Amino acid sequence: MTQLALVIDLNVCVGCHACVTSCKQWNTSGAAGPLADFNPYDGDPTGTFFNRVQSFEVGEFPNTQTVHFPKSCLHCEDPPCVPVCPTGASYKRAEDGIVLVDYDKCIGCKYCAWACPYGAREIDESRKVMTKCTLCVDRIYDPALPERERKPACVLACPTSARLFGDIHDPDSAVSQAIRDNAGYALMPEWGTHPANHYLPRRKTQRHVHADELERADNPLKIDGLLPKPAKTEPSLDDVTSW
Amino acid sequence: MADAVTETRNTTCYMCACRCGIRVHLRNGEVRYIEGNPDHPLNQGVLCAKGSSGIMKQYSPARLTKPLMRKPGSERGAGQFVEVSWDEALATLAERLAKIRATDPKKFALFTGRDQMQALTGLFARQFGTPNYAAHGGFCSVNMAAGMIYTIGGSFWEFGGPDLDRAKLFVMIGTAEDHHSNPLKIAIAKFKRDGGRFISVNPIRTGYSAIADEWVPIKPGTDGALLLALIHEIIALGLYDREFLVRYTNSGQLVNMDDSNSEFGMFVRTEVPEEEGCFDPQNKLWWDRATNRPVVTHTEGADPFLFGEFKLSDGTLVKPGFQLLKERVEDYTPEWAAGITGIAADTIRRLAHEMGVTARDQKIELPIAWTDVWGKEHDTVTGNPVAFHAMRGLAAHSNGFQTIRALAILMTLLGTIDRPGGFRHKAPFPRPIPPCAKTPNTPLAIMPNSPLDGLALGWPGEPDDLFVDDDGKPVRIDKAFSWEYPLSVHGLMHNVITNAWRGDPYPIDTLMIFMANMAWNSTMNTVEVRKMLNDRGADGEYKIPFIVVCDAFQSEMTAYADLVLPDTTYLERHDVMSMLDRPISEFDGPVDAVRIPVVPPLGECRPFQEVLIELAGRLRLPAFVRPDGSRKFRDYPDFIVNYETEPGSGIGFLAGWRGKGGEKFMRGEPNPRQWEMYAKNNCVYHYKLPPSYQYMRNWNKGYLEWSQRNRIQRYAEPILIHLYSEVLQKFRLAAQGKGNSRKPPEHLRKGIETYFDPLPFYYEPLESQQVDTVKYPLNAVTQRPMAMYHSWDSQNAWLRQIHGHNHLFVNPLLARSHGIEDGGWMWVESPWGKVRCLCSYSEAVEPGTVWTWNAIGKISGAWNLGPGANESRQGFLLNHLIADELPGKGGGPRVPNSDPITGQAAWYDVRVRIYKAAADEPKETSPQFSPLPAAPGTRTKRPSWIAFFAGTGKAR
Amino acid sequence: MNPAFSVILLTTLLGAGQGLFLALFTAQSYALFDLLPQQDSRSFYASGSLTALALLAAGLGASFFHLGRPERAWRSAAQWRTSWLSRETIVLPAFMALVFLYGVAHWFGWKPVAATLPAGIAIDATLVLGLLGTVLAFLLFLCTAMIYACLPFLREWHSPLTVLNYILLGGSSGFTLATAFAALAGSGLSRFFATWAIILTAAAFVSRGASLLRNARLKPRSTLQTAIGIKHPRIVQTSHGSTGGTFNTREFFHGRTRLFLRSIKWLFLVAVFAAPIPLLAAAMPGPAPAIALLAFAIQYAGLLAERWYFFAEANHPQNLYYQAIA
Ligand SMILES: Nc1nc2c(c(=O)[nH]1)N[C@H]1C(S)=C(S)[C@@H](COP(=O)(O)OP(=O)(O)OC[C@H]3O[C@@H](n4cnc5c(=O)[nH]c(N)nc54)[C@H](O)[C@@H]3O)O[C@H]1N2
Ligand SMILES: Nc1nc2c(c(=O)[nH]1)N[C@H]1C(S)=C(S)[C@@H](COP(=O)(O)OP(=O)(O)OC[C@H]3O[C@@H](n4cnc5c(=O)[nH]c(N)nc54)[C@H](O)[C@@H]3O)O[C@H]1N2
Ligand code: SF4
Ligand code: SF4
Ligand code: SF4
Ligand code: SF4
Ligand code: SF4
Ligand SMILES: [Mo]
Repeated sequence: MTQLALVIDLNVCVGCHACVTSCKQWNTSGAAGPLADFNPYDGDPTGTFFNRVQSFEVGEFPNTQTVHFPKSCLHCEDPPCVPVCPTGASYKRAEDGIVLVDYDKCIGCKYCAWACPYGAREIDESRKVMTKCTLCVDRIYDPALPERERKPACVLACPTSARLFGDIHDPDSAVSQAIRDNAGYALMPEWGTHPANHYLPRRKTQRHVHADELERADNPLKIDGLLPKPAKTEPSLDDVTSW
Repeated sequence: MADAVTETRNTTCYMCACRCGIRVHLRNGEVRYIEGNPDHPLNQGVLCAKGSSGIMKQYSPARLTKPLMRKPGSERGAGQFVEVSWDEALATLAERLAKIRATDPKKFALFTGRDQMQALTGLFARQFGTPNYAAHGGFCSVNMAAGMIYTIGGSFWEFGGPDLDRAKLFVMIGTAEDHHSNPLKIAIAKFKRDGGRFISVNPIRTGYSAIADEWVPIKPGTDGALLLALIHEIIALGLYDREFLVRYTNSGQLVNMDDSNSEFGMFVRTEVPEEEGCFDPQNKLWWDRATNRPVVTHTEGADPFLFGEFKLSDGTLVKPGFQLLKERVEDYTPEWAAGITGIAADTIRRLAHEMGVTARDQKIELPIAWTDVWGKEHDTVTGNPVAFHAMRGLAAHSNGFQTIRALAILMTLLGTIDRPGGFRHKAPFPRPIPPCAKTPNTPLAIMPNSPLDGLALGWPGEPDDLFVDDDGKPVRIDKAFSWEYPLSVHGLMHNVITNAWRGDPYPIDTLMIFMANMAWNSTMNTVEVRKMLNDRGADGEYKIPFIVVCDAFQSEMTAYADLVLPDTTYLERHDVMSMLDRPISEFDGPVDAVRIPVVPPLGECRPFQEVLIELAGRLRLPAFVRPDGSRKFRDYPDFIVNYETEPGSGIGFLAGWRGKGGEKFMRGEPNPRQWEMYAKNNCVYHYKLPPSYQYMRNWNKGYLEWSQRNRIQRYAEPILIHLYSEVLQKFRLAAQGKGNSRKPPEHLRKGIETYFDPLPFYYEPLESQQVDTVKYPLNAVTQRPMAMYHSWDSQNAWLRQIHGHNHLFVNPLLARSHGIEDGGWMWVESPWGKVRCLCSYSEAVEPGTVWTWNAIGKISGAWNLGPGANESRQGFLLNHLIADELPGKGGGPRVPNSDPITGQAAWYDVRVRIYKAAADEPKETSPQFSPLPAAPGTRTKRPSWIAFFAGTGKAR
Repeated sequence: MNPAFSVILLTTLLGAGQGLFLALFTAQSYALFDLLPQQDSRSFYASGSLTALALLAAGLGASFFHLGRPERAWRSAAQWRTSWLSRETIVLPAFMALVFLYGVAHWFGWKPVAATLPAGIAIDATLVLGLLGTVLAFLLFLCTAMIYACLPFLREWHSPLTVLNYILLGGSSGFTLATAFAALAGSGLSRFFATWAIILTAAAFVSRGASLLRNARLKPRSTLQTAIGIKHPRIVQTSHGSTGGTFNTREFFHGRTRLFLRSIKWLFLVAVFAAPIPLLAAAMPGPAPAIALLAFAIQYAGLLAERWYFFAEANHPQNLYYQAIA
C-alpha cells in the first residue's frame, strides 16, 4: 500500500515561507480553491493557507538554536479527523493515503478541525467548507505535467529542497531512506495518529583541530625565516657540559 | 474551468533583484500560477515566497494606473492628485527638462532605487548631460563592492560568491537574506547536505544563521576587529598560503618606506611602463631570497622575501607589503578583539585554526590545465575549500570599507580567490583594480545641450580622478567622488534630498526618482527628510522645485511627487539584465537575461524604459536620435536590439544571439530576432567558459585574452590582489601634502589621512565615536525578512499576512532589566529620534543589540491600505532613529553618517537605549503621520475579502 | 477552545429538552405503578412533550447556525458507523419524532394496549413510545457527550465523566424545568420533580465537580517538545507565521484571562448547583411556579456558563503551535 507524504528537513529549512505562498497560489486557483483572504488590505488580514512556517527558539543565549518549522496536514495513517466527520467529506484515500476533504459534501461543522491534534485544517471563511493540504493531488498525477513536475507545489518551490515527497511505505523511496538515515520523526507520536509526514532533525557538523595540525611541516614561516629561534646568546647545554 | 484558455510563458521574476527565471501560467489571460523555471541557471526551478506571490502584486489595488499631477494648491505629501494624460505629462516634463538641459543640465537629477536597468538610466542621464545620476548602491552595499573590488577586483553580491559546491568550511558574515536569495539558499542547503561546516557571524540568529553549525554572536560594527585578529593568528601560525600570496598578490612587492619621499608608501618601480592603461604595470620589485637582491616581480626562478626590511642601492628603505601587514596586525591579538567584539579569544583562535587548517589540509586539485599570464603552465587547478560570504552586516557601517578590505585580505591569505571551494568571480569580473570607468574630473564636463563628458559614476584611482572643481568642491549634488567620500563609486542617493534642499553644493530644479521610496524606508532621518521634500524658501517656492516619481504603486514617496508616472509591473514589460549593468552571471561564465511581457499593462501604465526613450527622443539626446533629429528607436525592445555602445561596436545591452542571424555572442551586429531567441531559450543567455577559463581569472592567460577578445576588458594584464592598497595610499599622500596631485581642502585632510590607510585597520563606527555610549548603550539593526521586499510588499495580500507588523526583538535579560514585557509596548530611542513599538523577547540576539524586520511599518493609507492596517498601527520603521548627518566632533562641522571612504550609508551604526512605555500611552506605534488618501487611478473600493481564482475575470 | 454560542445553546437546550421528557416519562412510569397520581394526558403529557419538543427544536435550530453549510445538513447522517456527530444527527430527529409521537398519543388519547404486565398493569402505546423515547434520550446524551469525549487528545473531555455530566446536567435542568411546568400545569407533581431535580443537581454537582478536579490535575501529555520534536526544556515560539491571526488562533483560543475563566467557573457552580437547590427546596411545599421558573432560569443561565467553560477549559494540543505572535 502506498502512503504519500512530505518529509521536511529542519536541518536545511531557513524559514523562507516559499512553501507557504507557492501552496497558496497553486491551490487558490486549483481544485481546492479559491482560498479566501479577509481584510486583505486592512487590519489583521487573514486567509486560508494549507501550510504555515513558524519559528521557535531553543535554549538560551548564546546557546540558542533558531528552528523554522513548516507545518501542513501530516496525512496521518490513522487520522482522527476522518472518522469524526459526519458527512464523509473527510476521507483518506486507500490508494495513496492522502487525506482529503470533499468540498461538495462538507457542511463546515469544523468537527474534524477539532479532531486534528496538529491544527492542520483551516476552514475557508468564504466558502465555509473545511480545507487542508491536499498533497497537491491535482498536480502529482497530472499526466499533462512532465514527470519531474508531478510533485507538490511547495516541494518544487522550496529553495533548500527541505521538502521531500514520496511514498513512505516503499522502503526504497528517497523519503523512507531520508527518514531512516537521518532519524526522521513524527509529531506528537503520543496520540497514535501515525503521521505520514516526517521531520528530519538538525544535524551538526563539527570539526576539531588537533594540535599536530597546527605544527606544520609546510609552515611557510620556515621559508620566510620567521619561525621563532632562540637567540644565540641564550644559555644552552653547551655552556655547562662536555662529553 | 474546463473551457478555460491556458498558456505558459517564460520570463524573469522581479519580486526582488535576484532575478530568477519563471514560468507564468495564464488562464483566460489571468495569472494562474508562477513557478520557478527548472531550466534557468539561477534558481533551477525553485521560487521564493515573494516570487510565489507575484499574482497579488499584479492585481494589487495599490497599483497606479494613470499619470498624476499634484492638485494645484495642495501640499506635497498630502497625496492630492489630478489625473493627466500621458501627452500632457510627457509634454510638461519634456519642456521642463529641455529648459534645464539648455541652461544648466546638472539641475536635473535622476536617482533610481532597487532597479536593474542602470545601463539605460545611466545612458539617459549621461546623454542629458547631468552628472547627477546614481542608483541605490550608495545606501545599499557600496562598501561591499568597493572594499573588495579595490582589493581583489571582484566582490560578493552580483559580482561573485562562495563556491559552496566544493567548499568544506563556509563562513557567512552579516548576511540575512542577500541579493542572491534563491541561489544562496540552494547552495547552502546542498553544502550542508554534503556535510560541510557552516559558521555564521552575526549578532542575530535567524534565517540562514539558524541552520549554521556554529553561531558566533558578534557586536555590530566590530567585525573589523575580529577579521584582523584572525589575520593576526593566521600569520602568527603560518597558516597562510604562501605560494598564492607570492605569485598572485602584491604581498612580496617592495614598498618605499622613506617618509621624506613623495613616493612614501608607494611600491618601488623599476621603469616607466611602455603603455599606460588601466592595469597594474608589472614594474614593481621583489627582494629575491636566492640572490638577496631586488628583482622585477615574477622574474623566472625568483622567490621574494615576504618579511624583512631592505635597502635599495640608492639607500631607500623598503619593505614587502606582507611585512607591513604583519606589523599592522601585530597588536590585533585575539584578546584585543575579544574585548571589542564580545567573542571569546579562544573562539577567535579556534576559528582561525579551523580556517587555516581546512584551507591547508583539504586542498582541492582539479585535473584542469591552465596557463597563467606569466606563461607558466599548470597541470591542475587547486583550491583551498574555505568559502566566505558577507553582506550588509559588514557593509552598512561607517567602518565597513576597511572591514571588508580585511575580509578580502583574510580570504587572500587563505588562498581562496577564484579557486575551487573558495570565492569565485562572475563575468564581467574580475575587473582591473580599480576598474577603468572614470567620471570626469572637472565641472567643465557639464555643458548645456551636450552629453556629459565622461561617466556619472566611476572608480577613482587617485586624487586627480575626483569629480571636483578647482577649489576641491563637489560637482555632484550627492557630493560623490568629492573629498568627503572619494571612493563613493555608487553615488550617495541618501544625501540627495538633504543636499538639494539645502542647496549644497547648489540647488537643483527637477529631481526624478525611479523605483525608490525616498520619503520612507530608503531615507535616513525620515521625519526631517519628509519635511524637506515639502519645504519652501523665502520666495514661497519649493526648495526642490519639481519632483517626478515613477513607481508602480502608491507609496509614501509618490505622495511627494509633482508628477507621478505609473510604471508597469515585471509581468507587463520588457527588461534586460544586461552585461552593461549587473548581469546574472554564474561562476562558469557570463549570463544575461530578459523579461518579456506576459500580460498587457494595466490601465495607462507605461514602462519607464519607454518613457525614457520617448523623453530622449523629444529632448533629442544624441544617442537616441538620428542626425536629422528624428527618433532612432521605435520603442524599448527596438532600442535593446539596435543600440550599440558606439556605431559598429557590436556591443549592446544583450550578449546572446548577436550577429545578423544570432550566431554570435558578446559582440556582433544587432540581430532583429534577438528577443525571439531569448524567448525561445528561457529568456536567458548562458555562455559556459571552458573549464580552463573558469578559475584563477585574475591571472588566467586564456581567460584574460578571451575576455579581451570579447571586449569584456581592454587589457589582458594580470590583476594582482591589492593586499597593500596603493590607491588608498595615494589619497593619504595627498592629505599629507605630498606629491603633485590635487590636495584635499584643509578641513578634510585629517579624515583622509586617517581613513585612507593602505592596510586595513579597525576604528569604532563614527556614531559610536560621537555619541554618549553610556547613555545609548545598545546597537539597533534591521534585517531583511525573506518573505518581504523592502517597503513594496505591504500591498501584497498574501505577503502582508506573513509580516503585517513588526516587533523589536530584545534579549530577555535586557528587556527584563528595563521592566519591558514580552509583547509589551516600549520605546527605543537614539540621539536622533524615538519610536514606540512592541517588544518581542528573543534568545537569538546578542544582548547588546536590538533588531527588527526592515521596512514593515507604513504610513496610514499608503499602499492603499485601510486605516486599521497593522503596518501603520503596530508596525514601525527603524529609520526614524537613524541620522543622515552626525554633529561634528567637538562642535566641528556636521559630518555625514556614512563611511568616510565610500559614502556608504551607515544604517547599522545607530546607538539606542530602550525603556518601557507608560501604561496610559496609546497602544500604537509612534511616530504617526497624517493618513494618505487613495490616489486617483488606484482601486478606491478596498475589498473586504478576496477569493482569487484565476481565469474568472474577477481579478480586478 | 473558543466555542461558538450556537454550540453552547445547542447542547444546553437539547439537554433540558431531553431532561424534561425524561421527567415527564418518569412521572408517567410512577403513575403506572400508582406511585404518583395520574395526570391529564393533554394538559400535562402532551403540552409537556410539546415544551420538550420546542426545546429540542430550538437546539436543532441552533445547530444550523453552527454549520458553515446548513443547506447540506442532511448529509451529516452519512457516517453513523464512525462519527458520534453523525449519530447525534440521526438520534436527535428520531428522538424528536418520538417525543412528538408521545405527545400526540397523549393528546389524542391514543392508547392501545400493547401488553399487560402480570399485576394487570397495562402497557399502552404512550408507555411504549415513552420507553423508546427514554432510550433515545439516553442515546442522545451519549452521542452529544461522546462527540467531545471521544477525542483522546482533548483530555479535559476524554473521560466517562463527560457523558455522565451531560446526562446529569441535562437531567437536572429538565427536572427543574419539569418542576416549574408541573406547578404551572397545576399538576401537584412539583414536589416530586423538585425532589428529583435536587437529587440530580446534587449528583451533577458531584460528577461535574469530579471532572473539574480531574481536569485541574491533568498534566498535558503533548508538550512543545513532542509537538515539534525537539528535546530541550526551554523552547519558545517567536513567530507563528502570520501576524494577523488564522483560523487556528480564532477557533482554538477563547482569548480570555485566567481570572475571567475562574469567574465563569464560580458563576456556573453557583448558578447551576448552589442557587437552584434552595430554590427548588423552596418551591417544593406547594405549587410555586415563579420560584421554580426562577430556579430553571438561573440554572439554565448557569448551564450556558458551564458549557462555555467546558469548551474553554479544553486545551487543544494544536495550541502548542501558537504561543506568540510576531
Ligand atoms: N533602516 C534601514 N533602512 C534601509 C535598509 C536597512 O537595512 N535598514 N536598507 C537599505 C537598502 S540596502 C536599500 S537597497 C533600500 C531600498 O529602498 P528603496 O530603493 O526605496 O526600495 P523599496 O522600498 O523597495 O522601494 C522601491 C519602490 O519601487 C516601487 N516598485 C516596485 N516595483 C516597481 C516597478 O516595477 N516599477 C517601478 N517604477 N517601481 C516599482 C515600490 O512601489 C517602491 O515604492 O533601503 C535602504 N533602507
Ligand atoms: N526578501 C528580501 N530579500 C532581499 C531584500 C529584501 O528587502 N527582502 N533586499 C535586497 C537588498 S536591496 C539587499 S542590500 C540585500 C541585503 O542582504 P543582507 O545583507 O543579507 O541583508 P540585511 O538584512 O541587511 O542583513 C544584514 C545582516 O547583518 C547582520 N548584521 C548587522 N550588523 C552587523 C555587524 O556589524 N556584523 C555582523 N557580522 N552582522 C551584522 C544583521 O543581523 C543581518 O543578519 O538583500 C536583498 N534581498
Ligand atoms: S520553502 Fe523550504 S526552506 Fe522555505 S520555509 Fe518552506 S520548507 Fe523551509
Ligand atoms: S494532520 Fe490532522 S488533518 Fe491531517 S490527517 Fe492528521 S489529523 Fe487529519
Ligand atoms: S467540517 Fe466538513 S470535513 Fe470537517 S467534519 Fe465537518 S463535514 Fe466533515
Ligand atoms: S503538498 Fe500541496 S497542498 Fe500540501 S502544503 Fe504542499 S503545496 Fe500545499
Ligand atoms: S529570489 Fe524570489 S523574488 Fe527574487 S527573483 Fe527569485 S523568485 Fe523572484
Ligand atoms: Mo540594498
